[in-house]
Amino acid sequence: MEVAVENMPWGVMVILLPLAGALVCFLWPRRSVPLGLLGALGVVACVTGLCWQVVEQGAQRYTVGGWGAPLGIDLYADGLSLLMLMMTAVVGLGISIYSSGYFEHKTAVVFWPLWLFLWTALNALLLSADIFNLYVTLELLGLSAVALVALAGGADALTAAMRYLLVGLLGSLCYLLGVALLYHSFGSVDIAILAERMELSPAVWAAVGLMSAGLLLKTALFPLHFWLPPAHASAPVPVSALLSALVVMASFYILLRLWLEVFPPGAAAAGQLLGLLGATAVLWGGIQALRQTRLKLLIAYSTVAQMGYLFLAFPLGTSFAWKGALYLLLSHAMAKAAMFMAAGNILRFGGHDRIADLDRVAQRLPLTLAAFSLAGISIMGLPPSGGFIGKWMLLDAAFYRGQWWWALILIMGGLLTAAYVFKVVGYAFTQAEVTHEASRVPAGMEWTALVLALAAVLLGLFAPWPLALLDIGFPFSGGCAE
Amino acid sequence: MNSILLYALAGVGLFTLGLYALIVHAHLLRKILAINVMGSGVFLVLVSLGGRTPGASPDPVPHAMVITGIVVAVSATALALALMLRVQAKTGQTLLPEERLE
Amino acid sequence: METSGVSNPVTAVLLNFRGYDTLLEMAVLLVALLGVWSLGSAAVYRRSNPEPVLLSLVGVLVPMLLLMAGYLLWVGADAPGGAFQAGSVLAAAGILMLLACKRPPVQLLGWSLRLVLVLGLGAFIAVGVSLLSASGMFLQYPPGLAGALILFIEAAATLSIGVTLAALFLGGRLDPDA
Repeated sequence: MEVAVENMPWGVMVILLPLAGALVCFLWPRRSVPLGLLGALGVVACVTGLCWQVVEQGAQRYTVGGWGAPLGIDLYADGLSLLMLMMTAVVGLGISIYSSGYFEHKTAVVFWPLWLFLWTALNALLLSADIFNLYVTLELLGLSAVALVALAGGADALTAAMRYLLVGLLGSLCYLLGVALLYHSFGSVDIAILAERMELSPAVWAAVGLMSAGLLLKTALFPLHFWLPPAHASAPVPVSALLSALVVMASFYILLRLWLEVFPPGAAAAGQLLGLLGATAVLWGGIQALRQTRLKLLIAYSTVAQMGYLFLAFPLGTSFAWKGALYLLLSHAMAKAAMFMAAGNILRFGGHDRIADLDRVAQRLPLTLAAFSLAGISIMGLPPSGGFIGKWMLLDAAFYRGQWWWALILIMGGLLTAAYVFKVVGYAFTQAEVTHEASRVPAGMEWTALVLALAAVLLGLFAPWPLALLDIGFPFSGGCAE
Repeated sequence: MNSILLYALAGVGLFTLGLYALIVHAHLLRKILAINVMGSGVFLVLVSLGGRTPGASPDPVPHAMVITGIVVAVSATALALALMLRVQAKTGQTLLPEERLE
Repeated sequence: METSGVSNPVTAVLLNFRGYDTLLEMAVLLVALLGVWSLGSAAVYRRSNPEPVLLSLVGVLVPMLLLMAGYLLWVGADAPGGAFQAGSVLAAAGILMLLACKRPPVQLLGWSLRLVLVLGLGAFIAVGVSLLSASGMFLQYPPGLAGALILFIEAAATLSIGVTLAALFLGGRLDPDA
C-alpha cells in the first residue's frame, strides 16, 4: 500500500482529477453541486499526496508521454510550485464550499464545470516546465475566468468580461510571440534546457520584453491594472474571490519562474523598474481603494495595491526577499478570498455593498465582520498575521541591500491599507436604524470566510514550515536570483 | 535577406498592425478582428522560423504549436463574439464604456 | 519517430510527443462552448423554409464533407490531416445543415449532445489513465499499440471538435425545452 502511495504520480493526478470532475459535472448537471464538492475534496487529497511525496523524496519531475524534455513535456514540482498548489487547494476548497450555497441551480450547472476547468488550468500551470504548455494553460485559465465573470449577467459584468477577454488575449499573444522567438533561438521550449542554453541576442531581449509585458498585463501591475477592478468587482462573489486570490497570482508565478530560471542575468537591471512600478501600484491602489464607495470595488483596488508589494522583491533579488514576497502572496490569497466572501455575505444580507450604508452589520453578522477584520489585519501586515511575516522579510531584505526606500513604501502602503480597512469596519459599527429588509446568510458562507481569514492570520504563527518547504529543489538559486 | 526572414518579419508586421488596430478602434468587432490579425502574425512567425534551412523538411514542432494556437484562437473568438452580442443586447452599444463618444 | 505510431511528423508531435498540449487545448474548446452557453440561448432562425438551391446543395455537400472528414482523419497518420482538420470539415457539414434549418431532434439535445461533446477529452483521459496504470507514465503509448490508440483518440476528438464548433456557430445554448 505504502509503495503505491510513494510511486503514485500525484503531480499528474492533481491535473487530471479536476479535469475529470469538470467533465462529470458537465455530463450530470443535476448533481453538479455534490459532484463538484467531491471533485474539490479529491483535488485536496491529491495535493496532500504530492506534498508528502515532495517532502519525502525531494523535487519531482514527470515526463508526460515518457519522452522527456527536448521532445515531450515535463511536469516539475519543487517547493515553490508545491506551496502555490497547496495555497490553491486551500482557497479552492473554501471557494467550493462557499459556492455550494451561493448559486441558484441555473447558474450552478455552469459554474461548477467552469470552476473545475479553471482549477485544472491553475494546477497544470503551476506544474508545467514547458513555456509553450504554459501558454495553453494560460489560455485555459483566461477563457474560463472570462466565462465565470460573465455569469453575473448584468451590463457591468458583461462589459468587464469583454474587456478582460481582450486584455487577456493581448497578454497571451505577446507571451506566445516571445515563446516563438525563444524556440527559434534555442530549439526548445523546456525551461531547464532554455536555462542551460541561454545566450544573449537581440531576439532573446525581444522575447524577454514581450513575455514580461504580456505577463505583467495579466498580473495587472500598475499602469496595466485598468481592467482588474471592474472585472473583479462585477463578477459573482465566489468568482471575485478566486480571481483576486488565485488567477492574478498565476501569471505572476510564470513571470517569477522565467525571471529566476530562464531570463538572462542582465535582466536584473529591469528589476529596479519593476520595483518602481510595484511601489507606484502600492500607493495608487491604496489611494484608489480609499476613494471607493462600493465595498467590492474597494477590495478589488486593494488587490492592485497588494500585487504591487510582490514586485518589490525584484530589485532586491535575494532569496529572503523572494520568500517574503511569496509569503505575502500566500497570505494575501487567503485574506483576499475571505474579504470577498465577507463582502458577499454583506451583499446578500443587505442587498447592496455601499460602504456608507453598512449600518449595524456588526451586530447582525458578527462572524462576517470578524472575518473581514481578521483578513484586514493580514492585508495591513499587522503581527501576528502571515502578511506581517511577508512584509517583515521584505523590509529586512531592503535594509540588507541598502535600498531603504522600499521600506518606506512598505510602511506607507500599510498605512493606506489600514485607512481603507478601518473605513469599512468603522461604518459597519455605526449605530443606525435598520431601514432595509435583511435576508438570511447561510452559516456555511459565514464560516468559510472566517476560517480562511483565520488561516491568513495563523500563517504568521506557523511560518517556519512553509518557508522550509520553499527550499525544496532550490528554486531561488539560479538565474537573476543574486 | 532570405525568404524565411521575410516571412518572419511579415508576421511581426501583422502583429504590430493588429496591436495598432486593437488600440485605435473602438468597435468591439474590430478589436476582435485585430486580435485575430495579431494571432495570425504570431502563427506566421512560428511557422516561418520552423523552416530553418530552405529545402530541408521543416521542423514539425512549430506546426503543431500553430494548430494548437489556431484552436485556441477559434475558441477565444467564438466566446468573444458571443460576449459582444450580449454586450450589445444589454447596453445597446458595441463599445467598451471608456470608449463611448467623448 | 519510428516508435511514435504515425509517420506524419505533425500528428506525431500533436498526439504523441506533445499530446498533453492537445489534451488541454480540447479543454479550451469545451470551456469556450460552456462560456457561450452560459450567456444565453441560441437565436431562433428567422427563415422557416430555406431556398431550394441551398437544400439541394446541402444534399450534395454534406455527404461529401462527411466522407472527406473520415478521409482526413484516416490519412492524418502519414500525410497532412488529422483530428482538427477532420473536425473542422465535420463542423462545416453541421453548419450547412443548421443553415438549411435542419436542426437536430430535440431528444438528442440533452445528455447525448453533452456526451458527444466530452467524448474527445474523455477518450484522451481514459487512454492516458489506463496507460498510467499499466506503465506508470501518463500517455506513454506502448510502441506496438501507439498507432491504434492515436487513431482511437483522434476519432473521438474529431467527433467532439466537429460538434463543438457547430454548436459554437449557434452562439448560444440549445434548450431542449425552449
